[in-house]
Amino acid sequence: MKRWCLTIAAVGCAPVAAFANDWGMGDSNSKIPPSGVFNAVSTPAHEINTVAFFVISITAVIFLIVAGLLSYSIVRFRTRPGDDDREPPQVYGSNPIEFAWTTVPVLIVFVLFLITARTIYTVQAATRPAGAISVHVIAHQWWWEFRYPALGVVTANELHVPLSDPKNPTPTFLDLESADVAHSFWVPRLAGKTDVIPNRENSMWIDPHVAGTYLGQCGEYCGTEHALMLLRVIVEPRADFDKWVAAQKQPPDVDASVVYGRQVFESTACVNCHTIQGTSANGRFGPDLTHLMARETIGSGAAMNTPDDLKVWVTDPNVIKPGALMPAMNLGDKDLDDLVAYLATLH
Amino acid sequence: MAGTIEREIPLGAGDDVQALPALGRLHEWVVTVDHKRLGIMYIAGGLFFFLIAGLQAATIRLQLAFPDAGIVPPQVFNRLLTMHGTAMVFLVGMPILTGFFNYLVPLMIGARDLAFPRLNAFGFWLWFFGALLLYFSYIGGDGLYGAGSAPDVGWFAYAPLTELPFSRGNSTDYWILSIFLTSVGTTATAVNIITSAFCMRCEGMTLSKMPVLVWLAVVVAFIMLVALPPLSAAQAMLLLDRFLGAHFFDTQAGGSAILWQHFFWIFGHPEVYILVIPAFAFASEIIPVFSRKVIFGYSVMVAASCAIAFISLSVWAHHMFSVGMTPAGNSFFALSTMLVGVPTGIKIFNWLGTIWGGKIRFKVPMLFSLAFLFQFLVAGLTGIMLAVAPFDWQLTDTYFVVAHFHYVLIGAIVFMIFAAIYYWFPKATGRMLSETLGKWHFWLFLIGFHLTFDTMHFAGLRGMPRRIYTYQPGRGLETLNFIESIGALVQGVAVLIFVINVIRSLRSGEPAGNDPWDAWTLEWSTTSPPPEYNFAASPVVRSRRPLWDLKHPEDPDWKYE
Repeated sequence: MKRWCLTIAAVGCAPVAAFANDWGMGDSNSKIPPSGVFNAVSTPAHEINTVAFFVISITAVIFLIVAGLLSYSIVRFRTRPGDDDREPPQVYGSNPIEFAWTTVPVLIVFVLFLITARTIYTVQAATRPAGAISVHVIAHQWWWEFRYPALGVVTANELHVPLSDPKNPTPTFLDLESADVAHSFWVPRLAGKTDVIPNRENSMWIDPHVAGTYLGQCGEYCGTEHALMLLRVIVEPRADFDKWVAAQKQPPDVDASVVYGRQVFESTACVNCHTIQGTSANGRFGPDLTHLMARETIGSGAAMNTPDDLKVWVTDPNVIKPGALMPAMNLGDKDLDDLVAYLATLH
Repeated sequence: MAGTIEREIPLGAGDDVQALPALGRLHEWVVTVDHKRLGIMYIAGGLFFFLIAGLQAATIRLQLAFPDAGIVPPQVFNRLLTMHGTAMVFLVGMPILTGFFNYLVPLMIGARDLAFPRLNAFGFWLWFFGALLLYFSYIGGDGLYGAGSAPDVGWFAYAPLTELPFSRGNSTDYWILSIFLTSVGTTATAVNIITSAFCMRCEGMTLSKMPVLVWLAVVVAFIMLVALPPLSAAQAMLLLDRFLGAHFFDTQAGGSAILWQHFFWIFGHPEVYILVIPAFAFASEIIPVFSRKVIFGYSVMVAASCAIAFISLSVWAHHMFSVGMTPAGNSFFALSTMLVGVPTGIKIFNWLGTIWGGKIRFKVPMLFSLAFLFQFLVAGLTGIMLAVAPFDWQLTDTYFVVAHFHYVLIGAIVFMIFAAIYYWFPKATGRMLSETLGKWHFWLFLIGFHLTFDTMHFAGLRGMPRRIYTYQPGRGLETLNFIESIGALVQGVAVLIFVINVIRSLRSGEPAGNDPWDAWTLEWSTTSPPPEYNFAASPVVRSRRPLWDLKHPEDPDWKYE
């Protein structure tokens, strides 16, 4: 019997497993610690955890008491074999008891509210210190644009921020705007989510204390590819961050061996949506590709940034991310190879 | 025996339409204005859509059982989740609960029908065709080539995703019209229930002697009257946006996306109470009968329900803690939301007080009600967690929220709907549902429910947002999601057993008699099923439990109330 069940289960799962292709993301994700809300590494997330543990403790105690009483009364007052048919004494109510179980919850609510309000103000009313980094986050269907106005850097889907030393904090403030529908910026280990809403400017801040890569993703349903509107935040020590900024500000090196690939790029529809500094491409519908190869992933975290995945993506993004707004380019084999060879030089 | 029901007068002989041929019988149902038939039609229609929307949920769970699964493409998945959510709220929860009120309120107040029987029929047919419109979108929703069929904007349909640039074709229009029509139908029912409860009570039944269920029906009807018009207004505005170029929510032309959210949640949060207060109402009738005790703290129970209704109108923006409100705004809505916990807690304590010292009989309706008490307790407590606005910034739009509201919608409401069906099915059909199958149904549904929804809390805490058609491997979500899908399968089996139970019992169930549960409210004093006119002579009551008085002349309730 058991063997039969296993066989049926195996046969049932086979087609699912056969079609699944994670484009290398499973490997990459498993090297990053899970992005649970309790693994906080930044002040807003820490503050949230403090109040969260408090409310979880209170509710756990309430649960134990009430569920305990319920269980006790169900066992204690069950009908037993041999009971007579007489009805139990009828009790219509008791005002002192009602008063008691009204007052106690009111007191709990009062305490909980004070602690909640304190946390709300701590997180929301924080002021922007002089050393803060400002990043302009623009959410698109279904990717993230990051612009650093003071640093002159534009990138996508992978946000680089400096490590913030608690003694000398350099938090990053994010100004959030949407190019189309409502989205929500969420990196659980750094802060709670803040919605990114068209015709509205929201802001939030993070001050990561631990270097590393943190996974996040869009938290508000935004259409077909909401599920693959992923993002990564790369937190690095200040020196590394400055080095990254300097590299991003440079136009990419011109490599003579890929000049034909560059021509393919400049002479097709790519330029309508993408920007590459130092070329005629200055479109803004899609991600800035100037330093494409500095990013780990493509398609907003849908696939690893390898030449093979790039070829699949350029040929038809729908294969990796069905519904993505970039059209299938359907280039010839040689054009595709040359184009991807060119893209691979955009460090 | 003074002041009780006049039992000497022979009660009705049942339906005389049994003799008619099938087409004639169908015609009788179509043209009926009888509150009992309309109630049964509401419930049957709701259960039909429950099966459809449940199958859609099963498909969702199949897709999410494995990471990167390709069972359904993303757009189909998004349609499934939109239709599942919309249908479960407007086509399942609302009609089943209004159906029960339709059926029970006149019987419980000793009336022969609701105040406006024709309005009642009008409301039902509005709901019925509105419901068909929603599913007709699968056929008629195509506008432009490739625009797809059913709506895929999510059940709360945040603007501007619903505006023309992002939602082409007519699928969203079907969604708008369907909700518009069903809401108008529900408003008609609300008017009817309030009028009936206030004007049509039998002799001796003062407001303070109405059964708790009728009180809660009135409370729900008032919430409907206040909460549904903003929804209908918003739907009209969205339709104007889409067809006449108004710019209420059209952000590209300066409209406001937040405005839609306010409109929707001013309806949407009271809607939760529109759905859950009927569950309280069933619990307040069923738990006393199977504990063999009068409800503990009748007037406090009624007062707490009124308090919930009032407070529920001021909590809507707790769905919007992450939209960037001011700290003061967030604090206000955190406080008002936590305050709802107080009257809700009072209700749970009073049910506990009812059980305390009783003699509990573990029949199927009581099993579902007891599970309801535990599950509603958990739902309330996770609700308090979500009321803590900063914690909500992490939890909103994750599977933690999905778990929380399914604990309310299934753990509380669907469990109590099943309890109510097992409890009143004998009255409506004259036949008992099988206890054995009922217990199988209960235990399997309980196990499946907890497998699916307990684990969802943890998926949310691990960073899984809701409404994603897939998730990548390597994020620690695989095992949790697989368990959730197994749970969905178990729930499906349980519902199948329920369907078999209903069909079998309709044909060959044990005859029920007038009063199979030894209960105390007026509906059990007439035949099962009741005649079209309910009571041959208008009953006269002296207490909240007229049948208790009749059965215990030595110790009647009216001495103590």
